[in-house]
Amino acid sequence: MELQPNEKLDVKKVLENLENYTPKRRGWVWRKKEENQQMGPFTFKDCSTPLKNSVPLPSAKYFGDIDPQPSPVITTEVASGRFEDDIRRMRMAAWHGADHIMVIRTAGQSHFDGLIEGTPQGIGGIPITRKQVRAQRKALDLIEEEVGRPINYHSYISGVAGPEIAVMFAEEGVNGAHQDPQYNVLYRNINMIRSFVDAAEAKSSMVWADLAQIDGAHNANATAREAWKVMPELMVQHALNSIYSVKVGMKKENICLSTVPPTAPPAPNMTLDLPYAVALREVFKDYKMRAQMNTKYMESSTREATVTHVLNLLISRLTRADIQSTITPDEGRNVPWHIYNMEAIDTAKQALVGMDGLMEMIQLKDEGELRDKVRELKERAVLFMEEVLEVGGYFKAVEEGFFVDSGYYPERNGDGIARKMDAGIGVGTVYERDEDYMAPVTAHFGYNNVEQYDASAVNEPSKLIGGSTYEVPEKIIYIDELDETDNVNVRMEETKELRETSIMKPEVEWMGDGYVMLNLFLPASKRVAEFAAIELGKKMGLEDVEVIHKEVMHPSEGTRIELKGRVAFNIDVASLVIPPEPEIMSEDEVREAIEKQPMKIVAGTVGEDEHSVGLREIIDIKHGGIEKYGIECHYLGTSVPIEKLVDAAIELNADAILASTIISHDDIHYKNMKKIHELAIEKGIRDKVMIACGGTQVSPEMAVQQGVDAGFGRGSKGINVATFLVKRRSELQNEN
Amino acid sequence: MKRTDDFQQRSVHLKDMTDEQLEQRFWQLAEEIVTPMVSLAKKHTTPSIERSVLLRMGFSSIEARAIVEGVLDRGLMGKGAGNVVYRLAEKKGMTVREAGLQLAEGNLWDEALETFQGGAK
Repeated sequence: MELQPNEKLDVKKVLENLENYTPKRRGWVWRKKEENQQMGPFTFKDCSTPLKNSVPLPSAKYFGDIDPQPSPVITTEVASGRFEDDIRRMRMAAWHGADHIMVIRTAGQSHFDGLIEGTPQGIGGIPITRKQVRAQRKALDLIEEEVGRPINYHSYISGVAGPEIAVMFAEEGVNGAHQDPQYNVLYRNINMIRSFVDAAEAKSSMVWADLAQIDGAHNANATAREAWKVMPELMVQHALNSIYSVKVGMKKENICLSTVPPTAPPAPNMTLDLPYAVALREVFKDYKMRAQMNTKYMESSTREATVTHVLNLLISRLTRADIQSTITPDEGRNVPWHIYNMEAIDTAKQALVGMDGLMEMIQLKDEGELRDKVRELKERAVLFMEEVLEVGGYFKAVEEGFFVDSGYYPERNGDGIARKMDAGIGVGTVYERDEDYMAPVTAHFGYNNVEQYDASAVNEPSKLIGGSTYEVPEKIIYIDELDETDNVNVRMEETKELRETSIMKPEVEWMGDGYVMLNLFLPASKRVAEFAAIELGKKMGLEDVEVIHKEVMHPSEGTRIELKGRVAFNIDVASLVIPPEPEIMSEDEVREAIEKQPMKIVAGTVGEDEHSVGLREIIDIKHGGIEKYGIECHYLGTSVPIEKLVDAAIELNADAILASTIISHDDIHYKNMKKIHELAIEKGIRDKVMIACGGTQVSPEMAVQQGVDAGFGRGSKGINVATFLVKRRSELQNEN
Repeated sequence: MKRTDDFQQRSVHLKDMTDEQLEQRFWQLAEEIVTPMVSLAKKHTTPSIERSVLLRMGFSSIEARAIVEGVLDRGLMGKGAGNVVYRLAEKKGMTVREAGLQLAEGNLWDEALETFQGGAK
């Protein structure tokens, strides 16, 4: 099975023969940095190997369609609850530049004692099961071939089933995982002894399968009342999970600190975030940085979130990020939609590429406020750990509520998360290993009396059973489905028409969910606007109408509203009349036609309009304009009256009039087109002269409706106009 | 506990350290904190660890759950669930898979217990 860029990924095919699928590789893959990479007219200093297939940034067309890929791995989080639809999103994300796909787990999985099987639907994520993991890894194996870059697949090894999930991930070729026992203790109320004992076993399997580990420290930012005050504690949390992992056998370069700039504007966030970022990277120089974006201060404005995230990316550039994670700008309003995953990836790509080479020109000061703050943070973190030891160690410190206290340590506000050693989920489930304890498998952590059976198997316990699943993957027992009603086959059957025919519906996360978003301005106060918007949505025939964002433009003059609702109908794309894309002649063909029969045009920007760039691009030889094909151009300038343009055409006996119409307020551009057409009729030249109008807001169809021969919108180039001129002239000559 | 920020007094002993010394101190403390936790992990096991062992021995999640429940009920956690299956297989001349499936179905537990002379010491 191979993917074709012009064909949809067939999820059904991915699901076929899944029971026999084995991952083609294991382990985490970093991007390959390319020194001084030439792309288009530029040299990039901090970029990696480009993709075979990708969607470049929208403005790439001005730079030869280059799509430079920054050197950090870029993460996107996928969380719709239906893994079959997430697969399509992963493919789009890979094309935009994500090579780390993080799959969020369904709510409540961390309290599920064991593995979940099958493909039940999730809430805010998917239940991580072997079947779903295998299907997604299989799909990513195809997608990475298509884009030409390895893709890291990632989920969570937390909760009370950590060791089992770790084993399943190792078997299925998962490449990265969150693993941090502190997360279980603090945020999931899992018994702390159980959590740390389990963690060692889970980490051992991660070591075997070469997974990258991301810790859970950043959750303190999201939880603490004043996120910037937990910075000393965050360094401690990072340190404890890191060193615990190293002691279990994990390589430092596979240990990634999940770090978030703690604040956001209107706080002066750089003055708080930068010293913290520097301190962390200095103390943890041997470890990797997974730079996450801030979620704590996110509201429903996608614009505001994006600006905060760009500032976070500036921190990444000023310091270091090995993995640049992204938060979708809509996370403050709903479970992320397809389009916002792409926006977040593009935001990271755009900002990082834009700041390429920055650090070769500037540097952070090595004295003054930055250094003082860095030093203070390190000292506060050291003091934190001194006191942890003073009170009797980590478990005691957790009991005493040391963690996630909103005080700026050593300040304490007494609002930390305190857990008891003899409480929490899974309490009383930790057993001492007897002298003859034994586990005949690979990557088992701790005491293991293999010697009692075979002294030669001590370093290779699975020898006792002829190899474990790590050596003999055929031993893995695959479970397909356990629930007859809640599974992917049932869901895909319900959306079969949309998947297999030309029937289509808009969607934001699931095939056929029908959601659309409307952007409105209403000249009313916030509260009135909200209810008016809902009524408008209903009148437009939308169902389940909901206001997802409102922002005051002025307390009484008006409100900006973003509204979502579902359309109740399908459309059949097979019944649409879609005009073919305009044909483009080759440059040689155009030149030959002009040589045979010369052509003359007059051109100008009409109306009260001083825009000149667009038309010059269409005309000027140095911009690849139509002069280059030998067309004689008479450019009259900007703010040219229509009469003057038509008179010039008569005087010069021109073959065509080219009018640029940029200003579109009150449809003035279309009105001017109509005037040119009518004036040409009045002056008796309409049948002899071609009229073409262009501009950023011009729709070709609307232009023709005004009576002109052609309209050219955004993105049109000289060759499009030249093709039209040559073809239309030949049509006119044939008619005559 | 509530406490005002006494950073200035509390950090006096750190002031003369170089940045490098301070970072060394940081890592030394971190190591000191986790060392007893790592040895705790070495000496203990949990139902999830034992199920993860059984997965690696070639049992499904459902089979592993049933076996570990039997191991818990009979006080054999200290031996290791994989060990229980292994010993039974050896004793009966079965494959590991066959022995485990018997246990998962609730059979042969008495014989499994016998191999450990009646359970946990």
